[in-house]
Amino acid sequence: MRLQLSPELEAFREEMRTFFTTQVPQEIRDKVAGHGHVSKEEYVETQRVLNAAGLAVPHWPVEWGGRDWTPLQRHIWREEMQLANVPEPLAFNASMIGPVIAAFGNQEQKERFLAKTANLDIWWCQGFSEPDAGSDLASLRTTAVRDGDDWIVNGQKTWTTLGQHADWIFCLCRTDPTAEKKQRGISLLVFPMDTPGVTLRPIELIDGGFEVNEVFFEDVRVPAENLIGEENQGWTMAKFLLGNERVGIARIGSTKRMLAQAKEHAREITVDGRPLLDDPFMAARIAELENELVALELTALRVVANSADGKPHPASSVLKLKGSELQQAATELLVDIAGPLSVASFALEGSDVPDWARVATPHYLNYRKVSIYGGSNEVQRTIIAGTILGL
Amino acid sequence: MDFTFDSEQSDLREAVRGLLERAYSDSETRRKVAANDPGFDEKTWSRLAEMGLLGLPFAEEHGGMGAGPIEVAIVAEEIGRVIAPEPFIEAVVLAGGLIAAVASDEQKGELLGAIAEGACVPTFAHAEIGTRWTPSASAVTATQAGDGWTLTGVKEPVPHGARADVLVVSAVVDGGTGLFLVQGDAAGLTRTGYRTHDGTRAANVRFDGTPAALLGTGGDQTAAIEQALAEARIAYSHEAIGAMDTALRITAEYLKTRKQFGVTLNRFQALTFRAADMYVSLELARSTALWASMVQDAGGDVASAADRARLQTSRAGRHIGKEAIQLHGGIGVTAEYSVGHYTSRLTAIDHLLGDGDFAAARLARTVAERETVDPLGAPYAPSGGVG
Repeated sequence: MRLQLSPELEAFREEMRTFFTTQVPQEIRDKVAGHGHVSKEEYVETQRVLNAAGLAVPHWPVEWGGRDWTPLQRHIWREEMQLANVPEPLAFNASMIGPVIAAFGNQEQKERFLAKTANLDIWWCQGFSEPDAGSDLASLRTTAVRDGDDWIVNGQKTWTTLGQHADWIFCLCRTDPTAEKKQRGISLLVFPMDTPGVTLRPIELIDGGFEVNEVFFEDVRVPAENLIGEENQGWTMAKFLLGNERVGIARIGSTKRMLAQAKEHAREITVDGRPLLDDPFMAARIAELENELVALELTALRVVANSADGKPHPASSVLKLKGSELQQAATELLVDIAGPLSVASFALEGSDVPDWARVATPHYLNYRKVSIYGGSNEVQRTIIAGTILGL
Repeated sequence: MDFTFDSEQSDLREAVRGLLERAYSDSETRRKVAANDPGFDEKTWSRLAEMGLLGLPFAEEHGGMGAGPIEVAIVAEEIGRVIAPEPFIEAVVLAGGLIAAVASDEQKGELLGAIAEGACVPTFAHAEIGTRWTPSASAVTATQAGDGWTLTGVKEPVPHGARADVLVVSAVVDGGTGLFLVQGDAAGLTRTGYRTHDGTRAANVRFDGTPAALLGTGGDQTAAIEQALAEARIAYSHEAIGAMDTALRITAEYLKTRKQFGVTLNRFQALTFRAADMYVSLELARSTALWASMVQDAGGDVASAADRARLQTSRAGRHIGKEAIQLHGGIGVTAEYSVGHYTSRLTAIDHLLGDGDFAAARLARTVAERETVDPLGAPYAPSGGVG
């Protein structure tokens, strides 16, 4: 048992902190800090800055740009990135399809995709969820039928995040409708979003933003060489990918930033001549949240320190569950501090409402998603009850 | 940064677990021990002494083991796992800790070895009616009389106050709160003991011109008391973790075996989800308690770390304690069944030295002073420490 980081890790943390706060453009980081809209170009610019320094995909195999870091180093890397308000490397590339291709793809696919995926030369989107297959992903109905050297894909995906920017999609398709278990008849295909027969419809969210889409496939012809892994092995890869998705999903550094902002704004708002932050009830609410976040951070450190074999620790479900709840609580806190200003979400020039108060409610509403995506919190409770408690 | 026990610490845990599991192999044994005075088993106390646990945190020169906060945490968690009624935290960590921190060398020589051997059970007489969880005294006053001192006033509830061989007493002195030693057989000392809801013991302790010896060099000891309370709060957090761990395990077992509507209860998602939430509470609290002991070990801000551990374990203790009973149903409220006793003990732990609201209020008072909290940085990890 030992509290302090080793001098090597302290130096590592400092190196990360310095890099993120000096090499990633300030205006991009300000936008993230202000919960503003980060453009495609800004995502790409950031990821290329990171990739050039070997900081975009450190968790990949060394051969493909990975760094052979310990889980603790990766944790520090991610937390410092969030604390510095750096847009993280695009999850669909860095955490999802990249590791899948590196683990299950053939040599040709690795050479074709991995470097471009790391550098965000290809922007990937995720074709998993369907209108009738959400948490019950294995019920998906999009089909891929073999036709000579091609697969013909028909069906529909939904919740395709940032699909409007995407060059390629990785897509779970049913390739064996007769399989005894529905999980066994699924394969993973990748194809360009401009393939004939692919159409995309943006879905407006309750915050007024557009980040998810429906994607429709009508007789989309995909070359057989675009199958990742083996036919009907898709579910194995989906589980591998979703396990990776849970790592780092606690977003502790990001919530820490929000609590720091909450304090700053609660100082600016006065009630009966006194800063809102001095109100004992508000101070206690922030203190409770801050303590829960400390508890979560320490739990994350315990988990990363014990997951050296590369498999997610079962307690990683705790990180997803509590991490999402705390992110949501922090966004709610900001709305409450903004008070009446929080209704001015779409104020135009000429309004005196500060930016942070304008974005507070849309952010809060948007963040209802975090307890739903990445395996809903009910799925996480099922995992905890089943695999940890044996219920 | 390392959250794992070394091999000696793992061995210690196994040894303590073995001893306590033999002593309290079922909840009925604990119930019988708790039914009779002094509310704990003197034989088990002797065995704890033989294993060196009653001198665990004391210096070797005073008959102790010279162990640190992590070892204390390990023992406290094992105590909680079977809710052993032996007053390890009350006598060794809190009263013993104050003696070790404040007493003169001569007093340490007299007392610490005897405590470590199990021959002397001390307690800290500090709580007073009408105030709570403060490091200062107000209801007992110390008066200098020639070479010595006398105390007058009332302390209550004093854990194991009737059984204790020696009492460390906080009392009002000029300029603050002093600490004194009072022998159990002192003149003018009246002790009225009673059973507490969790099966342990407390007492009304009345001082009426009772002769007392100054602990250490005297003066205001508020800071030393605050430090000792913080260390004991961390230890109680570990006892709570042990108790929560068992309460959850018992509950999960029950859900797997109890049948209603023709199926075992674990078929009902309404119940398994609540058990999953109990696990989340437990693991978050465990991380915080372990961390607080590491902060203590590293020489960081113990008072603040103790508040953080207390807040997290208090909230978790109430959540798990209440849900453990509810998920059992009626049997959880009975004294014949074990789980309710865990809830009762968790409730006592929560109120002895400060509950979650108390800790939250203290943390709230400093919330504006920090932008963010870094549990691996200042003020918790002294800078320049080796990794």
